[in-house]
Amino acid sequence: MDNGNTAASAAALPALTPAHSRPRLDPRYLPLVVTLGLFVAMFGAGSVAFEGFFSLQVFLNLFVDNAFLLIAAIGMTFVIISGGIDLSVGSVIALTTMVLATLVENRGWSPALVIPLVLLMGAAIGLVHGVVIQYFEVQPFIVTLAGMFLARGLCYLISIDSISITNPFFSDISAVQIPLPFDTSISVNVVMALGMLVVAIYLAHYTRFGRTLYAIGGSEQSALLMGLPVARTKILTYTFSGFCSALAGIAFTFYMLSGYGLHAQGMEMDAIAAAVVGGTLLTGGSGYVVGTLVGVLIYGTIQTLIMFEGSLSSWWTKIVIGLLLLVFCLLQKALARGPRSKGPIPATREVNGQQLPASASTERTAHAGG
Amino acid sequence: MSVSTSELVRGLAKKRVFWPLVTLALLLLFNLAFNPHFFSITIREGHLYGSLIDILNRAAPLMIVAMGLTLVIATHGIDISVGAVVAIAGAVAATMIGGQLDLSGGAQDATRYPLVLVIIVTLAVAMLFGMWNGMLISFFGMQPIIATLILLVMGRGVAQLITEGQIITIYYTPYFFIGNGFLAGLPFSLFIVAAVLALLLLLTRKTALGLFIEAVGLNPVAARFAGVRARAITFWAYAFSGLCAGIAGLIVSSNVKSADGNNAGLLFELDAILAVVLGGTALNGGRFTLVGSVLGALIIQTLTTTIYSVGVPPEVTLVVKAVVVFLVSILQSDKVRNRIATLGKLREAL
Repeated sequence: MDNGNTAASAAALPALTPAHSRPRLDPRYLPLVVTLGLFVAMFGAGSVAFEGFFSLQVFLNLFVDNAFLLIAAIGMTFVIISGGIDLSVGSVIALTTMVLATLVENRGWSPALVIPLVLLMGAAIGLVHGVVIQYFEVQPFIVTLAGMFLARGLCYLISIDSISITNPFFSDISAVQIPLPFDTSISVNVVMALGMLVVAIYLAHYTRFGRTLYAIGGSEQSALLMGLPVARTKILTYTFSGFCSALAGIAFTFYMLSGYGLHAQGMEMDAIAAAVVGGTLLTGGSGYVVGTLVGVLIYGTIQTLIMFEGSLSSWWTKIVIGLLLLVFCLLQKALARGPRSKGPIPATREVNGQQLPASASTERTAHAGG
Repeated sequence: MSVSTSELVRGLAKKRVFWPLVTLALLLLFNLAFNPHFFSITIREGHLYGSLIDILNRAAPLMIVAMGLTLVIATHGIDISVGAVVAIAGAVAATMIGGQLDLSGGAQDATRYPLVLVIIVTLAVAMLFGMWNGMLISFFGMQPIIATLILLVMGRGVAQLITEGQIITIYYTPYFFIGNGFLAGLPFSLFIVAAVLALLLLLTRKTALGLFIEAVGLNPVAARFAGVRARAITFWAYAFSGLCAGIAGLIVSSNVKSADGNNAGLLFELDAILAVVLGGTALNGGRFTLVGSVLGALIIQTLTTTIYSVGVPPEVTLVVKAVVVFLVSILQSDKVRNRIATLGKLREAL
């Protein structure tokens, strides 16, 4: 397939729509449809409940305020589809803001040099994760956990204080507002995030790399037997995630205009939640990058709802996200265990700590999920 | 004396706690080289004081959490929600005691509920969260990392909800005894550690329970066919891990005399996993060693103390821990082990 980038994004959506026109919905698309419905319902509820909620700018602000999360979640989605997990995302973002801030502010380096450098750094961190996971067969979450420690530790080594950025390049870019019709605007971050989304959709659904990725997530053993380049693809996946984290870090720097070791604390969990709520199966092999976008939008909507409500506090975001995560995991479980599900869900995987007899748990899971 | 020293060493090296012990001993000796008074223990007001006692006292919460986590890991699971449960437990305890500083009367030593009730309720709440994990994992068949991830995300929200986003200061002296008190010259927290360890050793070594847990961790299906109640064992492992996190939450909140829903027990899960791994329990289930995990927790605390005392900036701790995790997990991987084994055989053949 040699679709261009722009064609790819347009082609990805029609690829999903035939499911709607069919009398029976393919269960693989159900999480995505539920997610989309949930987003519409939440945004609708907000519009009914709050004056001024239903506006294009409020909708666009979901992108403006969560562009970095979207970028990070895209990388995470790839890793999760491959059957792994990347816990280093948040701390790599923090490290990126820190390196950017210290090199640009304290050393006076040109942003034109520093930005490619931090992207390279992120990719290199991801590469190391991938190599250790692949060649030493260490569990992904342990390796990326160590990476998380390392990146946060490096942040504090650079400085334990926040470094604010006054460089004109950064302040100018962060001030840019790209005008859109109806008196609305978006920031440069949104363009970056949507660009990354298009690239990711192309990579996931229209390249050999993407197909191998899904195959590995479905069953690594089978992918190996099919002669697919498993090692290369897995390492590339973690490298891509590291690159995304660094890019998210750059977006975060534009957003916050500072570098700080405590930035983006726990963002890996938000990224995982966005991917899962977006319909990506945590056992790997199934999911859509578009779903992650909707997951991020839902995340943003929850925050906006809490903000509009005024009396609710920020910790409700965590609780609601946790509950959503629970509901979606149970839903996916029910779908995966359902009869004749078409999703490439492996029957037995090593990462599954507990393999339980399907017969006994189907009823309960289906009940809880539905 | 028929046993030669080399055989003795070889026999020791086969014990799982051998390497953690060696690591700990080396770390302690390293400290001694920097600080000649490192091993000295003095008696002041009938209490033992010294760097070693300090390390033991500070490591207490981690030792307890690591023991609970060891059982979970032995069943081929993982519990990354322990830090959140520590925060919740602290929040429950502090809220029940009530953080009112009474400036008028000067009588600040007050609690809204009796201390025993506070402890029981806190531990029950923590255990309930553990049971929640256990239910999701053993009865709904959810992956352990996901089920506990949900609690990790939600838990801090719940802790903040309980404390209403405030840092609650505790002004009730008897409560401080849990984390700071001394009994027979030793820190009271060590007695809690000893009690938990003794109970667990009794349960897992003197009954068949330990064997069952290992069977579940190695192959849950085979264990089930062999008549082991795999589901119940998994469930209770998580429940117990929650209880341990609750005990640690009591100690931590008593130690710092406050509860902070946002920051209490932050990154605790990572330290606990590190302690278990350092102790020699493999992450993919099966054989486990509780004593090893306790030693692992001590290694981490000694490492932290070392970093402070050597004069390296404390920020380095995270980097050092990261390097240690990398090295240990690489050394634990089957590939490296096999290669080392092959090398050993080669040498014997030559």
